[in-house]
Amino acid sequence: MEILADNLDRFVEGIGATISLTVVSWLAAFVIGVTVASLRVGPIRPLRGAATVYVELVRNCPLAVLFVLFFFGLPSIGILFESKFVSAVIVLSIYTGAFVAETVRSGVNTVASGQVEAARSLGLGFSQVLGLVVLPQALRSVVAPLGNLFIALTKNSSIAYTIGFIELTGTANQIAVENAEFVTAFAAAAGAYLLLTLPSGLAVGALERRVAIRR
Amino acid sequence: MTVALFDEVGPRGRRRVLVGTVVAGTVLLAVVVVAFGRFSSRGQLDADLWSILVDPGVVRYLLGGLANTLKAAAAGMVGATALGAVMALGRLSRRRPLRWLAGLYVEFFRGFPLLLLILFSAFGLPRLGVRFPLFWYLVLGLAVYNSAVLAEIFRAGILSLDRGQKEAAAAIGLRHNQAMLLVILPQALRRMMPAIISQQATLLKDTSLGFFVQYEELLRRAQITGSFDGNLLQALIAVAGVYIVVIFALSRLAQRLEVRQRRRFGGTIDITGGPEDLVAVETEGAARA
Repeated sequence: MEILADNLDRFVEGIGATISLTVVSWLAAFVIGVTVASLRVGPIRPLRGAATVYVELVRNCPLAVLFVLFFFGLPSIGILFESKFVSAVIVLSIYTGAFVAETVRSGVNTVASGQVEAARSLGLGFSQVLGLVVLPQALRSVVAPLGNLFIALTKNSSIAYTIGFIELTGTANQIAVENAEFVTAFAAAAGAYLLLTLPSGLAVGALERRVAIRR
Repeated sequence: MTVALFDEVGPRGRRRVLVGTVVAGTVLLAVVVVAFGRFSSRGQLDADLWSILVDPGVVRYLLGGLANTLKAAAAGMVGATALGAVMALGRLSRRRPLRWLAGLYVEFFRGFPLLLLILFSAFGLPRLGVRFPLFWYLVLGLAVYNSAVLAEIFRAGILSLDRGQKEAAAAIGLRHNQAMLLVILPQALRRMMPAIISQQATLLKDTSLGFFVQYEELLRRAQITGSFDGNLLQALIAVAGVYIVVIFALSRLAQRLEVRQRRRFGGTIDITGGPEDLVAVETEGAARA
């Protein structure tokens, strides 16, 4: 227990790092995901192809491989970011963005085709149909799976430890190794993660009920 | 279905799509050209760097890594399935303490990162006097974590069945366990299949976390051989390709099965998104059945 009290500030710092990494990556992943999903249902063939390739490549590649490739491989071609936080955000948002894209696309598929036809017959163009009619309905229908992805991202952010970005898992590991006391340090980190993921789950449930389309 | 978003555009729309296609095609081509230029200007396209990868020794080394990855994934999956089934049955048990314990287990182990569990297993357990080969620490972490996810999949599959099935089984005199074994599970298992395979793909991805504990799986071996031969980038790209092919095949299989289930039985467990942990499992079809 003592090591918790002694290292409380480090734990708090680690939790802060996990939260900021998760939130910033989520915002970027959301933008990437919605954009890519829009491209995948759009009329422009090369963009559709590129979006499909991106989703299939990234989704089926382990996150640790992406981290190692990005941080240890790409410097060979001169791509290296000063800040580990930025590197971690880039990798996490590219990875999560592919899943967000697939989820949003499945939401687009649930929008009744009559909605699109009605919008088209009002004279709306593709981007108007998508932005004003389809996406608002599609996003509402995938709140729960997107919430899953957010929680998965919270947990996945721990893999940023690969490149030496110290967040909650890294902090716990360091403290455990320094004090040769694994149970307490890891239990504290596990508890902290539960404190982060459980409220997210509840918030997603509440949000889902709020935006549900009543029919 | 989504074709309706843009099909049958007028003459002006057609022109716009054409312009968009040309512009987008050019930009994408330019990106590819720039990327290749970057590789070649820094000598990363040199034949030597790539040809080491097909050297028999390196190939054998990397294939050994793939074998280690698959071994860990297989052992982890077996353990996770067994543990997950026990926990799912526990959560559906009629005895309250059992339900409570299984629920606690599932919520606890799904709530924090697998990496934390693997680090604890590999570095913490030996200090507590629990010693076995490195392989089993990784498998233990994979199995425990994924059993919590699979338990939720199993439970959702069982709950997604129409209540009439259980009632009919009771009406012909089957006891709870008999009904479960003979009526509920065979049907539920079919519905779960896509989600189980999808989770298997996730588990296969997660074996790459063995990298952290020096287990010589594919990623670790790529790093070792790449650092040794000075072609880390090339080795990592090759290995990423291998992962993508294997995991793509698994997730494609899951998707195929899901489509077939939906057509045949009207209900299945949703695997929207793809190979990533199903945190809260959505079921559908029960109401429609």
